[in-house]
Amino acid sequence: MSKLKELFKNKSTDLCSVFFTSGFPELSDTTKIIEGLSKNGVDFIEVGMPYSDPLADGLTIQESSSRALAKGINLDIIFDQLKSIKNSNNTPLVLMGYLNQMLRYGEHKFCEQCAASGIETVILPDLPMIEYETHYKALFAKYGISNVFLVTPQTSEERIRKIDSYTDTFIYVVASASITGAKGEISQAQIDYFERIKAMNLKSTLIVGFGISNKSTFNTVCKYVNGAIIGSAFVKFLDQKGVDKIDEFVGEILN
Amino acid sequence: MKSKFQADKNGYYGQFGGAFIPELLYSNVKELEDNYLKIIESEAFQKEYKYLLKDYVGRPTPLYLAPRLSEKYGGHIYLKREDLNHTGAHKVNNTIGQILIAKQLGKKRIIAETGAGQHGVATATVCALMDLECIIFMGEVDIKRQAPNVARMKMLGAKVVPAKSGSKTLKDATNEAMRNWIGNPKDTYYLIGSVVGPHPYPDMVARLQAIISEEIKWQLKEHTGKENPDTVIACVGGGSNAAGAFYHYLDEENVELIAVEAAGLGVDSGESAATSRLGEVGVLHGSKTILMQDEYGQVIEPYSISAGLDYPGIGPLHAFLNESDRAIFMNATDQEALDAAFELTRLEGIIPALETAHALAVLGKMKISKDQVIVVNLSGRGDKDLEIYIKNLKE
Repeated sequence: MSKLKELFKNKSTDLCSVFFTSGFPELSDTTKIIEGLSKNGVDFIEVGMPYSDPLADGLTIQESSSRALAKGINLDIIFDQLKSIKNSNNTPLVLMGYLNQMLRYGEHKFCEQCAASGIETVILPDLPMIEYETHYKALFAKYGISNVFLVTPQTSEERIRKIDSYTDTFIYVVASASITGAKGEISQAQIDYFERIKAMNLKSTLIVGFGISNKSTFNTVCKYVNGAIIGSAFVKFLDQKGVDKIDEFVGEILN
Repeated sequence: MKSKFQADKNGYYGQFGGAFIPELLYSNVKELEDNYLKIIESEAFQKEYKYLLKDYVGRPTPLYLAPRLSEKYGGHIYLKREDLNHTGAHKVNNTIGQILIAKQLGKKRIIAETGAGQHGVATATVCALMDLECIIFMGEVDIKRQAPNVARMKMLGAKVVPAKSGSKTLKDATNEAMRNWIGNPKDTYYLIGSVVGPHPYPDMVARLQAIISEEIKWQLKEHTGKENPDTVIACVGGGSNAAGAFYHYLDEENVELIAVEAAGLGVDSGESAATSRLGEVGVLHGSKTILMQDEYGQVIEPYSISAGLDYPGIGPLHAFLNESDRAIFMNATDQEALDAAFELTRLEGIIPALETAHALAVLGKMKISKDQVIVVNLSGRGDKDLEIYIKNLKE
């Protein structure tokens, strides 16, 4: 059983996940960030693969990605960094990036490297369900990789149920019709949407992301779903305060 | 039998195409996919589209036998005068069609990307005509190098939003437009300017530009007694004018199709936009195509003197035409395009757009026989490029 599935078996409320951009602020920060987040009680971590054209991302992640790319980050370096902590790290890691990165790297090689680096779950937002069904489902299964799908306020119930049937970890519930980045408090319309999905009694764990930026938004969404992901707010924090103050950021959310 | 050069139901031309979009855009694209063919094939749409193309755009555009150009290169060279369309290029064929589709879908807010500004102007124009809100995303770099078109868009009532991410050119303007669409899934229509993007855009835009080759067929018959030329030449950035000029000849295998890409400072100079030579299979802006990228899939910034050809991919139809050898892909450098622009101006009294000049530039690289009938799609006029032309004017 993957680390993430193990986690979900033991914990189903207030799950806290944090996203960061690999190689940002400094190329070698990837492992320090994972260690810092783990030590301070984050339940699982999303490792971002910087991409030149991150369609679903707002300014903060766009900028951190281009700065990391300018410093020379690439998939081989990321996999090497992850391998160096594979034995010491117990926190589930989810690799997040864009489809073209996997395509160009080579689908089989990508999966092999994931397996060798302790990656058991991936999020590729621009991998559509129909392509997953026809080209990737069997491949990912062969390497023991779980694929995470996104749902939005516009996703139909029929489609959500199909996504649920393809999911063996969590469904990424996009908080609003929007790209990544902080947006202030959670609205009633968003709460209605979370409740609508919750009422569907899906088998998958539900994790909300996009626009979760602080203790208040984290606690609000955790009332309705199993947990939440904080991304841009953490990336911004790292840029301002560096990797040595991660306890401050996580403490602020969890305490 | 359905042509292999038509998109299949999932938007594929061979291995290229599809709809590689995040779930955040799924409902937006699905609504369009479910409706575009029904709308385009309806009598009401066809009536209004054809009426506007005739009385508003000024179609049919002439098919002009260029005597002095023919004399210089041999054969019979015809120019399809898309430069004479309202707004100065072929782009308006597509915006007229898509604005009618947007209206049919009840959309109130139109967004679009633009490179050289031609598609932005054509979009702002139809939005003024239909009284719809218009927001144009344009790379910050392009805003500087295409100032007259920025002014036109503003005069037409559009809001021009600078794209400040990445290389600050067409690719980034497209990213910004898609991000904006993610945030406005209900009331907003994304009016893409080329045969790129997720299915159904490449097929839809090709159908709306197909009027070009539809007219070439009957016009050429009037001129020569035959519908088919020996050769059709068009420039390719994303590839919408080429798609339109090729469309009705795709299955006529005896018609040679030549697509001309921008080589910039030279194909191997590191400053080029010759995607078919430099690209590998990849996914950009929602479709699988040939893409200029590094070994890790990071998109490489293209370069061309012409902002309209400065795109790191090509439409999936063109990727397939290239792979299947149905079209011949040639290229022309900045300098060759400039020379061709000055030459056409002096020989025929027509100042072409820099994009179009790339298509003209391959005439000198071809072996042309005495009786060969060639149609060059003169996709746009050169007013917007005067600043560059003036810089290169030899007294």
